[in-house]
Amino acid sequence: MHLRADSSKCTGCRLCQLACSLYHFQENNPKKSCLAIDPKFPDPGVFEVRTCTQCGECAEVCPVEAIIQNEKGAYYIDSEECIACLECVDVCPENVVFTHPDQEAPFECNLCGECVHFCAYGALYVE
Amino acid sequence: MLNGYGGRVLRVNLTQGRVEKSELDPDLARDYLGGRGFAASVLYSELEKGIDPLGEANKLIVAAGPISGLLIPGAGKTTFAAMSPATGGYADSNVGGLFSAEMKYAGYDLIIVEGVSPEPVYIYIDDDTVELRDAEDYWGKGAITAETALKKQLGDDFQIAVIGPGGENLVKFACICHDFGRQAGRAGVGTVMGSKKLKAIAIRGSKSIPVADVDEFRRVGREMYDYCKASDAWDVWVRLGTAGVNVPSNEWGSFPTRNFQSGHFDDMDKMTGEYMREQIVVTDKACFACPCACGKYSYSKKWDVHVEGPEYETAAFLGADVAIRDIEDVAYANYLCDELGIDTISAGNAIAFATECFEKGIIGVQDTDGLALSFGDSEAVFELIKRIASREGIGDVLAEGVRHAAQVFGGGSSHFAMEIKGLEISGYDSRNAPAMMLAYMTADIGAHHNRAWAITYDIQVGRDAITPDKAAKVIELQHIRPLIDCLGGCRLQWVELGMPLDYYVPAMKSITGIDRSWEDLMLAAERVWNLTRAFWVREMEGFGREWDYPPPRWYTDPVQSGPTEGKFVTKENVDKLLDMYYEQRGWTENGIPTREKLDQLGLDFVTI
Repeated sequence: MHLRADSSKCTGCRLCQLACSLYHFQENNPKKSCLAIDPKFPDPGVFEVRTCTQCGECAEVCPVEAIIQNEKGAYYIDSEECIACLECVDVCPENVVFTHPDQEAPFECNLCGECVHFCAYGALYVE
Repeated sequence: MLNGYGGRVLRVNLTQGRVEKSELDPDLARDYLGGRGFAASVLYSELEKGIDPLGEANKLIVAAGPISGLLIPGAGKTTFAAMSPATGGYADSNVGGLFSAEMKYAGYDLIIVEGVSPEPVYIYIDDDTVELRDAEDYWGKGAITAETALKKQLGDDFQIAVIGPGGENLVKFACICHDFGRQAGRAGVGTVMGSKKLKAIAIRGSKSIPVADVDEFRRVGREMYDYCKASDAWDVWVRLGTAGVNVPSNEWGSFPTRNFQSGHFDDMDKMTGEYMREQIVVTDKACFACPCACGKYSYSKKWDVHVEGPEYETAAFLGADVAIRDIEDVAYANYLCDELGIDTISAGNAIAFATECFEKGIIGVQDTDGLALSFGDSEAVFELIKRIASREGIGDVLAEGVRHAAQVFGGGSSHFAMEIKGLEISGYDSRNAPAMMLAYMTADIGAHHNRAWAITYDIQVGRDAITPDKAAKVIELQHIRPLIDCLGGCRLQWVELGMPLDYYVPAMKSITGIDRSWEDLMLAAERVWNLTRAFWVREMEGFGREWDYPPPRWYTDPVQSGPTEGKFVTKENVDKLLDMYYEQRGWTENGIPTREKLDQLGLDFVTI
């Protein structure tokens, strides 16, 4: 089970990223969110959404076993254990392990599902 | 730390190559909120009377509002403002997209660009780093091309505001372009940017925006979002966007046709929102934090171009007003204007004016370097757009706007130069919609519809009525809509989906921590409205009622065809509308804010 995206429905509104930041970090900062929106403009003029597929490669590569699964089965980085080597960031096939200057440890989707609620176009779903 | 604000003003002086950051004054935030409120305040207090709008003393204001960058539906507007090179009066234009959000993430509420750069530059902002960078590689490039190139160089996460050759060549209706197809289009804000040799502003920010009460803010934002999503109007609005107004406007008799000779276009088969959706729309494209994406990003196979739109206004001015009947041709004309960086409203209006002059024999092929003009000739429209942007031949005259063009062409053409205060009228023929006509007459940048979209009120209460409630409605809208401009938002969640305005009160409280009533917020909007009026009074010798008059066509020429055939508002009724409006506003009979009104609004520093 993981967050999925039908990019053809994405409008680039960034409400998903805003919601993620607000619910994951209690902050207003889409630069601190756990999914990516890639605009392809002017041609072809579409948005591509990248979400965590819960593939587990980040957990495999982590040298200190700081990446474990939560009660939803989503991988998450324990910031207490993390040594910020950023191997997980490099290995992620979707490039959805994120970093931000404010945060010591990288962060990734914990499957809270708030983004799904805030996508008015039905581009996001958990399955 | 001011909750809801980036907290800083960035001042960039292009003459001296100097950058200065200062703290945002909480009193400015309290009295003017943000967005166009900040713009009006800075322009009135920092510009001296009588400056040259294309010279060193003019300032380009870029303003975000307290909701910019936050999870509030419609928080995607940025205000650009300056003294207008087109009108000589106050100008602001807001643009959708993501620019104001990025300003807030970088920690800025207000950017003030001063002076003139000796060489083309762009302003580079990355959080606290602010640099003036050489724009030689970008100068001369189309706006879409330049935005693409800048994002490629700097990164996709930079937001770009950029001008095209139209702005570089000081076309009086040049626009500031952003996000591949949105523009701050009116009154020449792009012209000011061009006069400063400023090609672009590129900005990226990584900071969080503080709000006073995160839990309450989340709750309010969520409720506003849920309301929008559940609205009955959501489906059609997202499917068609503003092009969904094409048919209704035509049925109201307000779709400007052949230079406003009529308000009804007789050949709409290929101009409807539905046809457009089927033929060319590729992506529904949203502005920042908007759950009802009205942007219709399109691809025309016929012309092999991508363009955002055509929007309603563009279907009006590069369509019906020049009698083009195929939305794909409108899309190509739209693309040309977007890339060249000129306002589709003013450009189409000017081309329609020239075409009527040509058809009436006021100008001829000797004036157009051999180009014959006739309504319905799309190739002529494409050619004129290019000549306007490059200021070639007749393009050089039209680039000055229709008021000037009418003076040059003569032959009585001022009668049908469709402008008020020097700004080309936008997309609603109002000869049978007195409230809308009043809205156009009294809009504070010249004739523009977005201050008070009153046409639906005319339809609702009876079109022919010239009654005080119409003035009252216009005034009310002139406070509500600009209030949303001050907050940094888009009005369309309220207008199109019925999202209650009440939400802005708890939204502002949870964001700023300050409890302000709706009346208090509207007072701030009324303050801004009177301040921008005062700007005109100060700048224009003898400013008053005369300046509010519409073009003679609107009080003399009956509508030629369609549902409003034969209608026009008499001069007597034009004056009656203004009488009622001035009285309700607390202005003199000549339309000047009284000392009493100014003091009531805390504008004691205004001495007009």
